[in-house]
Amino acid sequence: MSERKIKSRILYSYLHDPSAIIGSIILVVFIFAAVFAPWIAPQDPYDLEQLTLDHFLTPPIWMEGGTWPFLLGTDDQGRGILSTILYGCRTSLIVGFSVVAIAGTFGVIIGLLAGFYGGWLDIVTMRLADTFFSFSTTFMAFLFLGIFGGASILVVIFAICMADWVRYARTMRGSVLEVREASYIVAARATGARDFRILLRHLMPNAIPPVFVVLAVDLAVVIMLEATLSFLGVGVPLTEPSLGMMISIGKNYIYAGMWWMIVFPGATLILLVVGINLFADWLREELNPKIERA
Amino acid sequence: MATYIARRLIQGLIVLLAVSMICFIIFRYMGDPVVTMAGRYATFEEREEVRRTFGLDQPMAVQYGRFLWNAVHGNFGKSYVSRVPALGLIMERFPATLELATTAIVVAFALGVILGVLVALKPYAMRNRLIMAASLGGISIPTFLSGILLIMIFSVYMGVLPPYGRGETVQIGFWRTGFLTLDGIRHLILPAATLALFQLAVLLRLTRAGMREVMAEEYIKTAWAKGLPPFKVIFKHALRNVLIPVVTITGLQFGELIAYSIVTETIFQWPGMGNLILTSFFENDQPVVVTYIMLAAVIIISMNIIVDILYALINPRIRYE
Repeated sequence: MSERKIKSRILYSYLHDPSAIIGSIILVVFIFAAVFAPWIAPQDPYDLEQLTLDHFLTPPIWMEGGTWPFLLGTDDQGRGILSTILYGCRTSLIVGFSVVAIAGTFGVIIGLLAGFYGGWLDIVTMRLADTFFSFSTTFMAFLFLGIFGGASILVVIFAICMADWVRYARTMRGSVLEVREASYIVAARATGARDFRILLRHLMPNAIPPVFVVLAVDLAVVIMLEATLSFLGVGVPLTEPSLGMMISIGKNYIYAGMWWMIVFPGATLILLVVGINLFADWLREELNPKIERA
Repeated sequence: MATYIARRLIQGLIVLLAVSMICFIIFRYMGDPVVTMAGRYATFEEREEVRRTFGLDQPMAVQYGRFLWNAVHGNFGKSYVSRVPALGLIMERFPATLELATTAIVVAFALGVILGVLVALKPYAMRNRLIMAASLGGISIPTFLSGILLIMIFSVYMGVLPPYGRGETVQIGFWRTGFLTLDGIRHLILPAATLALFQLAVLLRLTRAGMREVMAEEYIKTAWAKGLPPFKVIFKHALRNVLIPVVTITGLQFGELIAYSIVTETIFQWPGMGNLILTSFFENDQPVVVTYIMLAAVIIISMNIIVDILYALINPRIRYE
């Protein structure tokens, strides 16, 4: 199959898979909302001048006591829920995409080198990867932030990356081991191509597809992880908007019947993650040659 | 085989040593233990006195050696906050965590595998599409959120299940169990469901994916062609091979389970180890933090070794060079 045909086949399957389309639309809408949050949001919830305690704990606008511009109500500091959600999505996506980019690049390089050269490099990195994997990203990031404290978004990104590159390294290495023996690699070697050229021109493009699936799934995992860490109080600092922290504040008011402080940020988080997962599901089926399609 | 086991044990020990070194650094450098033990207003002489008594003036290697020696003997020092041995503090809370985690993982595994097989057999049936949609929800709702939503539904609005604590417990020897009273079971339902939910969805999807791959293999076609009853083909031939990676991943993801139990215990104020570690972080109670990390490392590493050995036993293709 020529490269062009493969591309058109993937495009065809994408256009005929409603969940893939819905997933990517959700993701695009979220990215749009996050980028333009300062222009869309009715209020800047972290500008102290815009906060007045007159408006704390207001219900959504369609309920009795709701006031403009707090469409979805306010929290105990008088921050509008809608505005805080929009700003919170920024944090979610910044953390999500940064981790995926940094951990992904690092992991792919390690996996590529370990798979290609083998030897002690392979043994050391993969043993390390196994250990990190069994401690799990969640647990390692939690311990790191618990001990050193989540001073800023950067520290949170670093803590997650530190444990997360392992997923990419393992996937890439496995894929390289399969591709390495292919006849076109042997042929490239026979023509006298140097290691660097083989790695970059032949191995990398052919071994990388499985990494894309990991990347898509991981984006969802990292976004949930950031929310979890912020919920526990070891994530982003109090001065940064975060969906997880909103829910943790709302938890204090569930017995008071103030459901809007949990339900709206919670639903936003779920929608974002479902969107990414729908897309990831399609990608996984598309790139897995082993499954029989009906 | 014996060499393989020995190798895995040695590797496990190396990892434990590395963890203990990190723990030592946390203990020694995250906050000054001298100030913590002598008190903030101690004079210079008093501080020097404490430094000498606890050997904090000796070379690093000596200090680390003593830290390790004490750790091996279960002595991690006393909690800065409650002034009782850190290990005792944690062991007291161990039964609560173990009962919660075991219940969750048993429920998640049983339901996940059964549903995964059912869905894989007829992936395009309406009912199974619904189960898959629900499982997508399961992996898309973070544990902390599903816990809070369950409290909102079952405790706040319906008022049928208790949201906090462990309820009535029974003391048997050193073990305090909540399994034996109706109140204890009622308190267990929501946290166990919360902890099980995510794992359930993951296991379901893993089983389904594995079954779909295996069902397309030649040897399954042979089994059908031989005229074997469907029950035998599915459970004896297909599921057996699918279960190997599923069990392995469950065992290897033990760290994940511990992490999520911290989240669950925090939400439900479950008096377990996870709840303790979070408060210890905020109180800078280094001895408790260090003990917890060492204990978690021991649990995770031994689980790994057990899984690896079982895997080698089940799968004859593994070479133990």
